[in-house]
Amino acid sequence: MDKILEVKDLHVDFDTYNGTVHAIRGVNFHLNAGETLAIVGESGSGKSITVRSILQLLASNATIAKGEVLYHGDDLLQKSDKEMDKIRGNKISMIFQDPMTSLDPTMTIGKQVAEPLLIHNNVSKKDALKRAEEVLRLVGIPNPEARMNDYPHQFSGGQRQRIVIAIAIVDYPEILIADEPTTALDVTVQAQIIDLLRELQQKIGTSIIFITHDLGVVAGIADRVAVMYAGRFVEYGSVEDVFYNPQHPYTWGLLDSMPTLDTNENARLNSIPGTPPNLLDPPKGDAFAPRNAYAMQIDEEEQPPFFKVSKNHYAATWLLHPDAPKVTPPAAILNRYKKFEKLGGNAK
Amino acid sequence: MAKYILKRILYLFLTLFIIASITFFLMKLLPGTPFSNQNRMSADQLKIVKAQYGLDQSVGVQYVRYMVGLLHGNLGTSFQFNNEPVTALIGQRLAPSMQIGAQAMVLGTILGILLGAVAAIRKNTWVDTLATFISILGLSIPSFVLAVLLQFYLAYKWKIYPVALWDNFQSSILPTLALTALPLGTVARFMRTEMVDVMSSDYIELAKSKGNSNWKVVTKHALRNSLIPVVTIIGPMAVSVMTGSMVVENIFSIPGIGEQFVKSITTNDYPTIMGLTIFYSFLLIIVYLIVDILYGLIDPRIRLGNGGKE
Repeated sequence: MDKILEVKDLHVDFDTYNGTVHAIRGVNFHLNAGETLAIVGESGSGKSITVRSILQLLASNATIAKGEVLYHGDDLLQKSDKEMDKIRGNKISMIFQDPMTSLDPTMTIGKQVAEPLLIHNNVSKKDALKRAEEVLRLVGIPNPEARMNDYPHQFSGGQRQRIVIAIAIVDYPEILIADEPTTALDVTVQAQIIDLLRELQQKIGTSIIFITHDLGVVAGIADRVAVMYAGRFVEYGSVEDVFYNPQHPYTWGLLDSMPTLDTNENARLNSIPGTPPNLLDPPKGDAFAPRNAYAMQIDEEEQPPFFKVSKNHYAATWLLHPDAPKVTPPAAILNRYKKFEKLGGNAK
Repeated sequence: MAKYILKRILYLFLTLFIIASITFFLMKLLPGTPFSNQNRMSADQLKIVKAQYGLDQSVGVQYVRYMVGLLHGNLGTSFQFNNEPVTALIGQRLAPSMQIGAQAMVLGTILGILLGAVAAIRKNTWVDTLATFISILGLSIPSFVLAVLLQFYLAYKWKIYPVALWDNFQSSILPTLALTALPLGTVARFMRTEMVDVMSSDYIELAKSKGNSNWKVVTKHALRNSLIPVVTIIGPMAVSVMTGSMVVENIFSIPGIGEQFVKSITTNDYPTIMGLTIFYSFLLIIVYLIVDILYGLIDPRIRLGNGGKE
């Protein structure tokens, strides 16, 4: 498969009054043409910062300390803001989290959707508006011809998110970055938006990086999943690999805290004890070690490398080291392993 | 929209009526009479003069008479300023005050918006510090200090403009500059605060993610959204600046209205006080109406009628 985007050893720091926060500490991943990659992790794990670095849409106190973002082999981090303007909204575009605040309240939606076309293509205003109308229809706004001159406040939250999506896809981007696009929406609307994104991906053949903290959403849309913790990836692989053959104790914790159809209705949901580490002073070893019931001596001392689990499935935990003692994951994870074997996989 | 404006104009007359009534009775509570400074008048003469102006009648009768006159557009005759009708008095004196006031407002608002916007875009840099410094100077230096400084340098030392004269546009420049400081400082501060907020909002990030250059993000998306609260303060400020500053008018010998208002109060010149109060109120209400209409133009969320589709 074609790698259209490759992020190598990305480090992002934030200057704050308390010192430098090392928010992203060496992230590596790639995106294949036409696929959907989901990045999951709890709030503050660095998901948004990772994808914003791709487009260089970071806060002014952020610096990309190190790394490469290769888009068709071209390092985007070496480009000037002006050169990036040609890529943003054209080759790579973004869908934001909160549709209630993402649209300009004083501009008609027709103009807002047409804007990327006018910026990147030599088209007349009339043609751009006509195309905007088509795209609004495509994303499921009823009667778009009558609503082109309406303002954002005249639409519901779900409709506004459709408009935000229309803005992102109007210029047929190669890569669509969706930063928690369903978090601010009702569950029923969430499902509609996920369906819409899948449908659009088939129609225009774009690749998607989908950020979420909702594992339930991931299964519905992603081809591959990466789990992020404290500014690093801890495990990545196909949806089946990560959901049914998870190896990192953090992934276990995440999956174990999610109710499934098998969960006893009277049982308490599990949660991961403790809080994420302070990234002003990142831990020397595995950042998850203090919250990890399976932590070993070495977890405190040395950052685990990625161990290969199967083709395309990697996890950064010392438990996968050949010398590590055998541990028994939580019962819910063992259930998942059974399902994985039924799917034809070979669980650990 | 037309219906709305009509309704507002109706309210305008109601408001003016209430203001006129309250002012009338408050004014009668002022100590002294319009003629307390006429020592040489005998008691009899005073009686004749009072009868001539209808001041011998009961307050109730005077009130009814005044209101009837008001309905006919008659604001009465001044006791102090050469027995001139108050309408003529306001008419002559108003033009210079309004001219320098309007010039100062336009200049101050435009410069203030620019200064505030630049400060917000270059937040926490020396540009921002400089802009904040300028706007605080504008707010805190009294206009008469600025007026004297302007006179000393631009008129006396470098002889670019006349010191104190009122004839052509040239002569209006110094008083305009003296009055500009306040709207400039106020608008710049409001603009900066609002624009800092707007620049960190999600829709600005989205505008940038579309591929807009920084310049276009500001001009197409940020400016208009930042103007909404600025419009609110411009209205009342315009009235106070345009109705004249007694001090500045004195310093530049401008035959304006500010001085007259103060004098009319100290001398119990009832018709002039009434006339000016009603006129100021009228101006203020009209400005508020304009501000409300401007709101709708800038912010579609507060547009009127048809669920905002007007």
